[in-house]
Amino acid sequence: MLPALVFLIVVTQLPFVATVVISFVRWNALAPENRGFAAFDNYKAVFTDPALRSAIWTTVLLTVTVVLVSLVLGLGLALLLDRKFKGRGIVRTMLITPFLVVPVAAALLWKHALYNASYGLINGSLTWIWKLFGSADPPQPDWMTASPLAAVEVALIWQWTPFMMLILLAGLQSRPADAVEAARVDGASTWDVFRYLTLPHLRRYLELAALLGTVYVVQNFDAVFTITSGGLGTGNLPYTIYQTFYQAHDYGRASAQGVVVVVCSLLVATFALRTVSSLLREEVTR
Amino acid sequence: MTATAVRAAAPAGRRRRRTGSLLGLAAWLCGIAFFLPVAWMVLTSFHSEADAAANPPSVGAGLTLHGYREFFGAGTGVSPWPPLLNSLTASVASTLLVLALAVPAAYALSVKPVRKWSDVLFFFLSTKMLPLVAGLLPVYLIAQNTRMLDNIWLLVILYTSMNLPIAVWMMRSFLAEVPAEILEAASIDGAGLPTTLVRIVAPVALPGIAATALISFIFSWNELLFARVLTGIVAGTSPVFLTGFVTSQGLFLAKVCAAATVISLPVLAAGFTAQDKLVQGLSLGAVK
Repeated sequence: MLPALVFLIVVTQLPFVATVVISFVRWNALAPENRGFAAFDNYKAVFTDPALRSAIWTTVLLTVTVVLVSLVLGLGLALLLDRKFKGRGIVRTMLITPFLVVPVAAALLWKHALYNASYGLINGSLTWIWKLFGSADPPQPDWMTASPLAAVEVALIWQWTPFMMLILLAGLQSRPADAVEAARVDGASTWDVFRYLTLPHLRRYLELAALLGTVYVVQNFDAVFTITSGGLGTGNLPYTIYQTFYQAHDYGRASAQGVVVVVCSLLVATFALRTVSSLLREEVTR
Repeated sequence: MTATAVRAAAPAGRRRRRTGSLLGLAAWLCGIAFFLPVAWMVLTSFHSEADAAANPPSVGAGLTLHGYREFFGAGTGVSPWPPLLNSLTASVASTLLVLALAVPAAYALSVKPVRKWSDVLFFFLSTKMLPLVAGLLPVYLIAQNTRMLDNIWLLVILYTSMNLPIAVWMMRSFLAEVPAEILEAASIDGAGLPTTLVRIVAPVALPGIAATALISFIFSWNELLFARVLTGIVAGTSPVFLTGFVTSQGLFLAKVCAAATVISLPVLAAGFTAQDKLVQGLSLGAVK
């Protein structure tokens, strides 16, 4: 256990400490001679910068939307897949495919092959449908400029719904069958069984899926970078930090942004770990 | 007779069967809907550029390998082989390293009870909750000073740390399934630690190790942010190579789809063949 622990501390914890230190330094790589102790200047800049405030808001909006929608869709799909029907294996394979496509490839696919206004599949299908009804004038919206954040969200929901489904499906399949049977015999309706048996049983799985999803979606870089390049109000925190550091070379400010993100994440993580710890406690007492 | 009356008159069994097949149909439709973009990507990759950019879409157009020939560098001079090889190196090497570190750690955490084992486990998990982007700058500066920039082994180290927490977490739940009685019996029979590990723990834990390896491989293969910042011409991975297509406007849609397909192929193939392990790994590792 020790090697793993030491490795993790060196590779993941030390950089964070360094980030905290740099966040108090005035340091722009383009002006190396003007380096010095900055006290809270970087933080002041971070909180007064409207771009960053909008990045925080974008991150929250993006994460909440993607996690909630994919959770609900994932629950629906898990319920559908929990029953026996012909070709269930094939359907499950098709459903997990989005999760297996490399994220950059998926983002490129949505950007170029689906959303593109002049040759994407969505507008192409609109043309085709309109032609069926004899119209030569189909609507051809430019999806990525009309609703950029929604464009990113839809692509991410498509990728994350399978993940939610997998966890919830595992939850459903661990549901004690005899309780459901007994409720059925007692005349409970499908809705009653779902509301009073399935949902309480799934609660922990739902919480866990939501928290794991949140951890990954908050950190999303690939989709934002690829689909909109952070334009039109889709720049989330990871993308903004990447820009401050990689394009503006403002190391001090990027670090301050990083610290803000870490503090926010810790708030979420504390809640997350408490949920997981209750899962563990159950395991221990069992 | 109205439809409702007919339905009410039908025996409950038949009615349930009918809703059953309706729900099965709904599942199929959802599956197809989620699969459609990927199917479209693969189909487009086999179209000529003109057919790929057609509006309305030309579903039945003739198939060609043109997109793939373009992607593999015919005429353009940019070969995708180095990035593919870099991705393979980074993913395989970091996965092996993850297993080498995670298996003993998980064994210690699950089979031999360590004091405060849950605290340690939480520490492992908590490192996963911190956004990687916040540690990027120091890593970049260190790499710059040690001349490790654009070196694939830097990514190997980082990917190992990225996947280690999840791996320990998953492995622990798999190893916890080894019944304590068997271990006790083995020690009474005089089996040493190596024998116990090889003869008793390994057979039970092997599917778990496979699932852990698979997930670690997938996450490493997919990673973009660190690869983009820390590598360049020499050590760039496949996702970095793909970002070369981000701004390309039109014209090369078939080539873009071919690139996306080829680079997703290892993960898709691994995911499809080890589907059950993946499902088990993600859910067991996460929940149990």
